[in-house]
Amino acid sequence: MALGITAWGAYIPSQRLDRGAIAATHAWMAPALKGLARGRRAFCCWDEDVVTMAVEAARTCLGQRDRAEVREIQLVSTTAPFADLQSSAIVAVALRLGGTVRALDLGGSQRAGVAALAVGLERAAHPTLIIGSERPRARPASVQEMQYGAGAAAFLLGSDNIAAEIIGSSAATTLLVDHFRADGAAYDYFWEERWLRDEGYLKIGVAAVRAALADAKISASAVTKFIFPSPAGNVADAIARASGINAASIADPLAADGGFAGAAQSLLMLANTLDQASPGDVIVVAGFGQGCDVVVLRATDAVTAARPAQSLAKTLASGVTVQSYAQMASFYDELSPDWGMRSERDTKTALTEQYRSSDQINGFVAGKCASCGQVQFPQLAYCVNCHAPASSLAPVCLAEETARVLTFTADALTFHPSPPLYVGFAQFDVGARLLMEFVDVRPDTFEVGTRLSMRFRIKERDQTRGYYRYFWKAAPIN
Amino acid sequence: MATGIKDKVAIIGMGCSRFGERWDIGTDGLLAEAFDEALADAGIERSQIDAAWTGSCFDRINVGNSAIPAATALRLDGIPVSRLENMCATGTEALRGAAYAVASGAVDIALAVGAEKLKDTGYGGLPVQTKGTFNDLWLPMASAPAGFAQLAAGYRARHKIAKDDLKRAIGHVSWKSHQNGVQSPKAHLRKAVSMDAILGAPMIADPLGLFDCCGVSDGAAAAIVTTPDIARGLGKRDFVTIKAIQLSVSSGRESTTDRWDGSYVPNTRNAATRAYKEAGITDPRSQLSLIEVHDCFSITELVTMEDLFLSDEGRAVTDILDGVYDRDGRVPCQIDGGLKCFGHPIAASGLRMAYEIYTQLLQRAGGRQLKDVTLGLTHNLGGVPYLGVAAVSVLGLH
Repeated sequence: MALGITAWGAYIPSQRLDRGAIAATHAWMAPALKGLARGRRAFCCWDEDVVTMAVEAARTCLGQRDRAEVREIQLVSTTAPFADLQSSAIVAVALRLGGTVRALDLGGSQRAGVAALAVGLERAAHPTLIIGSERPRARPASVQEMQYGAGAAAFLLGSDNIAAEIIGSSAATTLLVDHFRADGAAYDYFWEERWLRDEGYLKIGVAAVRAALADAKISASAVTKFIFPSPAGNVADAIARASGINAASIADPLAADGGFAGAAQSLLMLANTLDQASPGDVIVVAGFGQGCDVVVLRATDAVTAARPAQSLAKTLASGVTVQSYAQMASFYDELSPDWGMRSERDTKTALTEQYRSSDQINGFVAGKCASCGQVQFPQLAYCVNCHAPASSLAPVCLAEETARVLTFTADALTFHPSPPLYVGFAQFDVGARLLMEFVDVRPDTFEVGTRLSMRFRIKERDQTRGYYRYFWKAAPIN
Repeated sequence: MATGIKDKVAIIGMGCSRFGERWDIGTDGLLAEAFDEALADAGIERSQIDAAWTGSCFDRINVGNSAIPAATALRLDGIPVSRLENMCATGTEALRGAAYAVASGAVDIALAVGAEKLKDTGYGGLPVQTKGTFNDLWLPMASAPAGFAQLAAGYRARHKIAKDDLKRAIGHVSWKSHQNGVQSPKAHLRKAVSMDAILGAPMIADPLGLFDCCGVSDGAAAAIVTTPDIARGLGKRDFVTIKAIQLSVSSGRESTTDRWDGSYVPNTRNAATRAYKEAGITDPRSQLSLIEVHDCFSITELVTMEDLFLSDEGRAVTDILDGVYDRDGRVPCQIDGGLKCFGHPIAASGLRMAYEIYTQLLQRAGGRQLKDVTLGLTHNLGGVPYLGVAAVSVLGLH
């Protein structure tokens, strides 16, 4: 059974920092960064990571589909929050994919996103969700701090209504180590870019692209979109030229408002390309690192109808510029401000309780009372309204439901890693109501009555034990 | 058919420590300060106390869990002592426990005492607490002012009040209490504050600025109760009796269903309705001589005026600005300065309010004494408006 891409979706965090602000901060010791100070880079809020971005990309990808159709989930990242705790499982539970889904984490190299796509397209036996998600960290004042962004892209591989089919692929594996990051290390260590360009991209990359085109039995001139990411975003031109691919086909590197997102970057660019693709388009997508993986896709007649409700272009355009470099640095643990004694609060998670309530907490499942119809979160032993026993409560997932602000305030007193904490009641259209954190708030337009949609976010970071726990928050619908 | 406790319990002695940043004294000392005054006021010996109810909220910064630390601090030898915790209603809960024991005939004389040491945390405001293993997984970690500030958003939306008008009214709430606090020797904050300073203060949780929040302090208060018959036997002539003590606790309706619009506190309405019934009050606006309400934040006092049925719905802003609750108004509120000036050592506050009503009823309030005091009300609001506990008590002359 040939599988193709049947759906896709992408997510890039809403916060943006002008690269000029980064360069200005470091101008005293790294004046050359000014040369890279174009556009804005995306960065994660304190409560966003590989897991939360993966959930958001997958939600956009899956849209209104029956999630039970997904039989396997693969999460590709080199910056997952845990070395031993499966990120794809957290994502699967948040997405409510069902208890029998196969979950798999992949990573180890920035090429892994395209490699996973190639393996899935060529070998998957059942509908598979492949998500690339990356939150790369860069040493302050490094070139990478200017180049990096964050984001996630998700692809559903299936056999019905295929929007893009695989027509060829190639792989190359070498031990060219242009950068590495040891287990537990915070930052990548880099070798000279010029060497990477000459020996890596222009030899290994070009050969792999040619091999993939040969495998697809098409000429380079037939390529309508060419995706070959690099942190500097500038090698696709040279590779295209050397491969005979039309320069006009080079895909947007998403640098102006995003930045390089490691193993997710090829997939983000592919999602953006598919958002705009026409039937018949030939798309070449490559991932590089210890060799190269290349996939050649052809868009089908279904590609237009398959577009997700939220395009990546729209997500990129909704970014909010943050003025302070220190804010980004704090979110990435580059800066450790004095948060005061309130931040000493113990946030130990009772893992037994987390397991008991994982459907409610991770899946955001409320209960609808069969006796009185009240939808309620949390679900306790009796209906809040008519006192019927919990056995009367039928699951109602609130994650895709909309709500409005009933009450809110901006709490400047409590410890919050991005003060103030916006908090208040979300009144769901289906009748549920609960106190929630509000995220991505624009203070000038946030009021009682503001429409809300849900976001999967980090609830607490337990710094003492290195544990993250997750829950849903509400964001204004812009 | 229950008949309530009206006039079945007499308060024969009360004590209240000096409230404030008591760097000089621990919880045991605070307890003793209130206890000594109450014993002397009652004119009884420690050995005459048959049972005690002691309240403390934050065990980690107090004397610890259970009733043992308080029994040890006050040397209550071998009698039943129970520890209570019900958030900001803890002090009133202690009084309720002692009162019920006396009213039931189980004991002759009972002690209610509450103390809280908030200034051993190292920072301002209330200590940060866990909400339980399940709730911590989903409830936002908001501060106390954030819980109450939401009342402002709900109230404004419900009654179509402009932001500036509400800010001025809640500013007047704090201004009035600071004026009153000047006359309270045991209060923590005893300086009048200008409206300009109140309205211009730094924001804590929008729209609550610094002066919209009550003080944070250490303190203790105590009451000794018995039956009116025993009180007379002890030689008491004019004494105060309890007319009502009622509580209401959230069961999740406000926070989980759409039955609440965010503009008021259902628990206060429930507790007040029952307390008025128990006390036989039919027109609180004319019958209550004074009230001590839970002004943890200025907005709380504003909505409480409606929740106690003292202002019509939507009229509290106007009534407050018209001075209805000022010292010379129709129903003087926080005549001692309230939580605003005493601060809010959680477990002490309910008994501190009762102490003020008791003091006023017995004409002992010195420079702040009101005329013609016959009936007073206390009100506590624990937790947050939508997930909390309200306590209302009514005290009067026998």
